[in-house]
Amino acid sequence: MSFLSLFVLIPILTCAAIMLVRSKSNVRWVAASGMVIQLILAAVLVVLYLLERKAGNDAPMLFMYDVTWFKSLGIHYAIGVDGISVAMIALTAIVIFAGIFASWQVDYLTKEFFISLIILSSGVFGFFISIDLFTMFLFYEVAVIPMYLLIGIWGTGPKEYSAMKLTLMLMAGSAFILVGILGLYFNSSIDGGPLTFNILEIAKVNIPIEAQRFFFPLTFVGFGVLGALFPFHTWSPDGHASAPTAVSMLHAGVLMKLGGYGCFRVAMFLMPEATNEMAWFFIILTSISVIYGAFGAIMQKDLKYINAYSSVSHCGLVLFALLMINQTAMNGAILQMISHGLMTALFFALIGMIYSRTHTRMVNEMGGLMKAIPFLSVSYVIAGLASLGLPGLSGFVAEMTIFVGAFQHSDTFHRVVTIVACASIVVTAVYILRVVGAMLMGPFKNEEHENIKDSSWFERISVVSLIIAIVAMGVAPLWLSDMTWESLTPIIDKLDVFS
Amino acid sequence: MDYSYTIWIPLLPLITFVLIGLLGGKVKPIVSGITGVLSLTVSACLSIFTAYRYFLVDGAVDGVFQKIIASNHTWLRFTDTLYIDMGVLLDPISVMMLVVITFISLMVHVYSLGYMKGETGFSRFYSVLSLFSFSMLGLVLASNIFQMYMFWELVGVSSYLLIGYYYTKPSAVAASKKAFIVTRFADLGFLVGILILSFQTGTFDFSIITSAEGLATLGNVTSSFIGLSAITWATLLIFIGGAGKSAMFPLHVWLPDAMEGPTPVSALIHAATMVVAGVYLVARLFPVFSLVVPGSLTVVAWVGGFSSLFAAIIACTQIDIKRVLAYSTMSQIGYMMLALGVSGYLIEDSLGFTASMFHLFTHAFFKALLFLGAGAIIHAVHSNVMTEMGGLRKSLPITHITFLVACLAIAGIPPFSGFFSKDEILVAAFEANKILFAIEWLVAGLTAFYMFRLYFSVFWGKNRNYEHEPHEAPLSMTLPLIILAAGAFGAGFIPFSHFVTSTGETFTSHIHWNIAIPSIAVALIGIFVAAWLYKSENDRASSLAASLGILYKSAYNKFYIDEIYLFMTRQVIFKYISEPIAWFDRHIVDGTVNLVGSFVNFVSERIKGFQSGQVQQYAFYFMAGVITLTIVFVYFYSN
Repeated sequence: MSFLSLFVLIPILTCAAIMLVRSKSNVRWVAASGMVIQLILAAVLVVLYLLERKAGNDAPMLFMYDVTWFKSLGIHYAIGVDGISVAMIALTAIVIFAGIFASWQVDYLTKEFFISLIILSSGVFGFFISIDLFTMFLFYEVAVIPMYLLIGIWGTGPKEYSAMKLTLMLMAGSAFILVGILGLYFNSSIDGGPLTFNILEIAKVNIPIEAQRFFFPLTFVGFGVLGALFPFHTWSPDGHASAPTAVSMLHAGVLMKLGGYGCFRVAMFLMPEATNEMAWFFIILTSISVIYGAFGAIMQKDLKYINAYSSVSHCGLVLFALLMINQTAMNGAILQMISHGLMTALFFALIGMIYSRTHTRMVNEMGGLMKAIPFLSVSYVIAGLASLGLPGLSGFVAEMTIFVGAFQHSDTFHRVVTIVACASIVVTAVYILRVVGAMLMGPFKNEEHENIKDSSWFERISVVSLIIAIVAMGVAPLWLSDMTWESLTPIIDKLDVFS
Repeated sequence: MDYSYTIWIPLLPLITFVLIGLLGGKVKPIVSGITGVLSLTVSACLSIFTAYRYFLVDGAVDGVFQKIIASNHTWLRFTDTLYIDMGVLLDPISVMMLVVITFISLMVHVYSLGYMKGETGFSRFYSVLSLFSFSMLGLVLASNIFQMYMFWELVGVSSYLLIGYYYTKPSAVAASKKAFIVTRFADLGFLVGILILSFQTGTFDFSIITSAEGLATLGNVTSSFIGLSAITWATLLIFIGGAGKSAMFPLHVWLPDAMEGPTPVSALIHAATMVVAGVYLVARLFPVFSLVVPGSLTVVAWVGGFSSLFAAIIACTQIDIKRVLAYSTMSQIGYMMLALGVSGYLIEDSLGFTASMFHLFTHAFFKALLFLGAGAIIHAVHSNVMTEMGGLRKSLPITHITFLVACLAIAGIPPFSGFFSKDEILVAAFEANKILFAIEWLVAGLTAFYMFRLYFSVFWGKNRNYEHEPHEAPLSMTLPLIILAAGAFGAGFIPFSHFVTSTGETFTSHIHWNIAIPSIAVALIGIFVAAWLYKSENDRASSLAASLGILYKSAYNKFYIDEIYLFMTRQVIFKYISEPIAWFDRHIVDGTVNLVGSFVNFVSERIKGFQSGQVQQYAFYFMAGVITLTIVFVYFYSN
């Protein structure tokens, strides 16, 4: 039994433990300790992974484990990790850790809240360790469905509407994915051999091009819905706006990454010919996402909407970079997923904390908060600077890797879309500085805001852990970038054959 | 030749930044200030020691100054050949900049102990000042263009944070935002330029790009886009980045507003160091500009020439002393750009390059002095507006004398430092292009005029009724003034062409009296006109302004460039791009989603009647179904 299964087991055990305790404070402490263990485990995984690679193990996936689950259909519980999934697991562990502390004050149905949140995280962890498409899909659904309850019960504003919209759109996406997975499954046999869901096995098969042409767009769009692909992104602004803080953090920070991850791990890796054929079309859609999201964010007044549109722009960049089919750009996409995950989680955490004090999320109703809540304000500025790509913070590393990689194509089409995507760094600066200027600086707009209290200890834990991760990635990106780079080699090799 | 210790020159301010940033709130403000000063002192000593070793001991091999990579670490790898290094590159210009930055920064650190005393956020000020020093040093030491871009962004953000230091003041917030966004826009050009350049050369490394092979590779690039070669595009785009940082027309709009920051900041960032980064960038890539795409260099010359004239005209009309100085900075940087633009690469005709760096050097001293002097004045009278001042020479004797030294230096009166560097620029311009020379000659006169207009209005003229009796600043402020005044006086005697040249070889330059005499003459005319108008109380100035009418008015309003920008952003980009996108997203894209939802709802509303739960109704449907099917079978399938 590989220790990777612990990533799924620990959240489940934590939930069980939560069920056993009574008081709200105990619930919180149990949840927090579970996620601390998870965070330590993630750190251990990173170290073990790097050591194993250093020792010269160059298998595409490490720590593999495979047990037959349903023999007649070839369904296995198959797990394993490469550098990319290790990075994603580390990201998830940090975000869920910060999320638990950010929701320390949830008072209504506390137990149920933490259980749903942690179940959701187990789905995410499971998704990232799976190498069997069926298991992967299963975990995907485990991650998406608690979202409905979390928004519908603990949300704010038009929460039923938003929860319904978000869940239905993501479900529609997963219906596409299911069709895509089945398409792959039924084409997966080698010379009439048994059918399989295992990604590594399917990768050895050349799926007929006709099938690829049909199933690639389905799978890509299916995952793209979760990755905020234009024009399937509108669940995001409403969903984030209504979701409680920790849910926004997890959703934008981690769940949206499932989309990008699935796009290259399933759609692109397994259907390379169709990827090369159809990339241009999706490149256009994603370049629209990048610019459109950024311009859309300028005019918003609600902090969460601003961040939701900003996520559309940043996640659009992830898909954009993946479609460049170039190792550097794709590596940038992975880095961007991690970077965006961290900084958007930080943003949503801070927005939640600010909202709980000012009782408004409207930028034009706030002002001068820097004086009243310096810690949260400075953290918000740091998140903003990371978002606009300041060197020394994570965003810069990711964006520059993408731009340099994308620019290695020498044809005009790729060049022009790259420059268009680059232009987003200016627009991002506009909407970030607009919020910082209006909300944090200047004189107080509302007298009641003069006496609000700065962060409490659990909020500081949440915020500081994210900031440390952002700074660490921004200052010393090399080990991370090298780790994901290596793991991309088999994927890019397969894609390059058909370019 | 071991220069590896130079890595500590930027690292010390970085450590200070982190320390003060994290712990500044917990200690007395003065502790932060002293920490900042001490760490900068060490950096400055190391820099001066490095300059001494490099220029006078072992930097040159056979009379040619070498490029030395003192330290290099890979920071981020893009591909096997493309990677960002964090390196330290020492060559004449970077060593010269080290001295300028650490020295001026140290002066500003000391000065601020007095100037910023009692301000809330004193520690924050020192921590960001350290961040700035770190980034600026990293920028000049960068061994590759991407490293330079990174630090370029970092100086941008420290500038943003310092302009917005008084963050409760809406005008400061707006100014900081404007500075960041305008330079960001220019940086986009820089970034795309880097992408093109690195694609063509396959490297970011300055020493490879500017080596003979690198230049040959660039020379062989044939790809072009809209009639211009790829390298022309790359250099022009990079120059846009430089023009944004160095406030060249039309990207200068942020600089005057940046004066909202505390005055020491204006002295350090917006006069002596950061704003010359654009000049430094062009100088760094000078072989590419001059040997591969001389056309781009011509653009640099003309942009510089035009900006210097444009800014000098505006400076003659402004009444806020800091804004006069800001436009003056823009004008002087125009000089430096122009000098680079008219220079050749080979040692025979590289006077412009040396002149540009020389002027950068002397300008740092006298302009920092002017700003710090202005700070002392503002400190004394609590106003920025020169029409509210007058007769201060008695109450502020030290400020007065040092300010006068700086004015003489910038006006180009021998033997003050500005004379020597400006003379070289004028000679280089004269040899390259007579029109540009004429412009710069005129600007020399305007410079003398606007500086002495400022000088006479503040220190002479009628004594005003001040709220508090103005008094001289404390020693922490006057000491830097005196030291800088010594620099502003003496910096011109350094034989720059023995040290800083385009190729690293050296030559000896002389004063060309046939150019120097007319330029001194025009400067003196400027000074006399200023004295005639402003030395004593009279209405000559206002009647002159009135007679110039529209010309005066448009110069006073900075030729309405700000208004054009505002129109473009508010009325065009926000109104016709952003708002429609926001609307489209909510109503069309999201509308479609909602429509699908409502459609499903609508259909289910209609058919939900079938599931009413009433047995009679079900029986009715059942019978109706049987009858329908019977009819269908009987009539359609009977035969």
